[in-house]
Amino acid sequence: MKITLKVWRQANKDAAGSMVTYQLDGVSENSSFLEMLDMLNEQLTSQNQEPVAFDYDCREGICGMCGIVINGSAHGRYESDVATTTCQLHMRSFRDGDVIEVEPWRTGAFPVVKDLVVDRSAFDRIIQAGGFISVNTGSAPEAHSTPAPKRQADRAFDVATCIGCGACVAACPNGAGMLFTSAKITHLANLPQGQPERRLRVKAMIAAHDENGFGGCQNVGECASVCPKEIPLESIAQLNRDLIASMFRGDGKSTD
Amino acid sequence: MAFTGLVLIFFLLMHMFGNLKVFVGQEAYNFYAGWLKAEVLYPILPHGWFIWIFRVFLLTCLVLHVYCMATLWAASLRGRGSSYVRTNRRQQTWSSKFMRWLGLTLATLLLLHLLMFTIGGVTFGAFEFVAHDPYSMFIGAFSQWWIVLIYAIFVGAVCMHVRHGFYSAFTTLGINVGPGARQTLNVLAYFVAGLLFAGFILPPLGVLLGMV
Repeated sequence: MKITLKVWRQANKDAAGSMVTYQLDGVSENSSFLEMLDMLNEQLTSQNQEPVAFDYDCREGICGMCGIVINGSAHGRYESDVATTTCQLHMRSFRDGDVIEVEPWRTGAFPVVKDLVVDRSAFDRIIQAGGFISVNTGSAPEAHSTPAPKRQADRAFDVATCIGCGACVAACPNGAGMLFTSAKITHLANLPQGQPERRLRVKAMIAAHDENGFGGCQNVGECASVCPKEIPLESIAQLNRDLIASMFRGDGKSTD
Repeated sequence: MAFTGLVLIFFLLMHMFGNLKVFVGQEAYNFYAGWLKAEVLYPILPHGWFIWIFRVFLLTCLVLHVYCMATLWAASLRGRGSSYVRTNRRQQTWSSKFMRWLGLTLATLLLLHLLMFTIGGVTFGAFEFVAHDPYSMFIGAFSQWWIVLIYAIFVGAVCMHVRHGFYSAFTTLGINVGPGARQTLNVLAYFVAGLLFAGFILPPLGVLLGMV
């Protein structure tokens, strides 16, 4: 395959970036998108040019490190029904001679570090605000002492698959991190261990979400439609229900 | 945003239903309008009080709605950051994309609407403000095709704004519990939006086509 790449190049977070065009020949349609970028970088290195910086780790869709906007769609999902991360996207999704535009996640909360690499530590700060449970450690409790109903356990697990890649924020017209935040809220709200701090958690996490420069949710649904882990949009409704409940319950009131 | 929006949608439904009275005739329409202004809740409240309480309530809702919109818009501009060279949306509809612009269009045309029919002071061709005779105003205004056209844009914007707003408001209130609920909400949103459009556009069309 012969393709034309237009890649966002930005030297550092303060520099002005621009799209730079590269030609790439002999791309195998069986290579993944990241392998194609590796090819580009080898070509650039041999020409004594700076390679394109991009994030990746596991290359099997479970770590959440990779994430770029390909032809205007987060992780290059396009119209495809198949949820995908960038590393799981293969070049057979493109045609010979295609022009492919590659951009970093662009949102206020994730500043570009270099080229296609963004700083997603805003997500960490949301998790630090409440994405945990507090337990006194000691000897392991008896496994059956806190039963988790099957249905709730399944729902919790489905949203716990969030890998924090940031595609939801990248795709959101408002740059909101609601799907990410609600995935963690829904995960812990469906488990017995998450109950004691449930109402405080939702308030703290939403406060951290807003403080870290994310926008507000307009219920457009772009986030869930590009999510590689198919976190459902109704997670956001779970977050909203918990947030509303926290306003009318004693355990939703902060004590400090 | 959600709560005030739903209040305004409910008001629009009542307003739309009232407008259909124009098909009944001048007396019925003017009586209904007079009753709204003076008689509602009469023995409980003195004549003419309800309408002002209701106006203040609606205006408060509207102001809160706009205030929420302004803060959210600011947050959204900050949250969005620099724009993409190319965007390829999968879910966004025309309604949700232009929600805020539709709202601003609505606000502008609403001002014109109030100036024409409630406050008075503007005259367009055969239309002039007549106190206590809304029927004549209705006929005067909508016998001119271009006023009907502007009104159609107004009501079209209402329809699109409500289509996304109805679904979005209930989602914000946490009712979107799953794909089934989402579909139900969407169907209801289309129904309410369609009903509003049809109910609001029929009387002016009736006037224009000489059926009233």
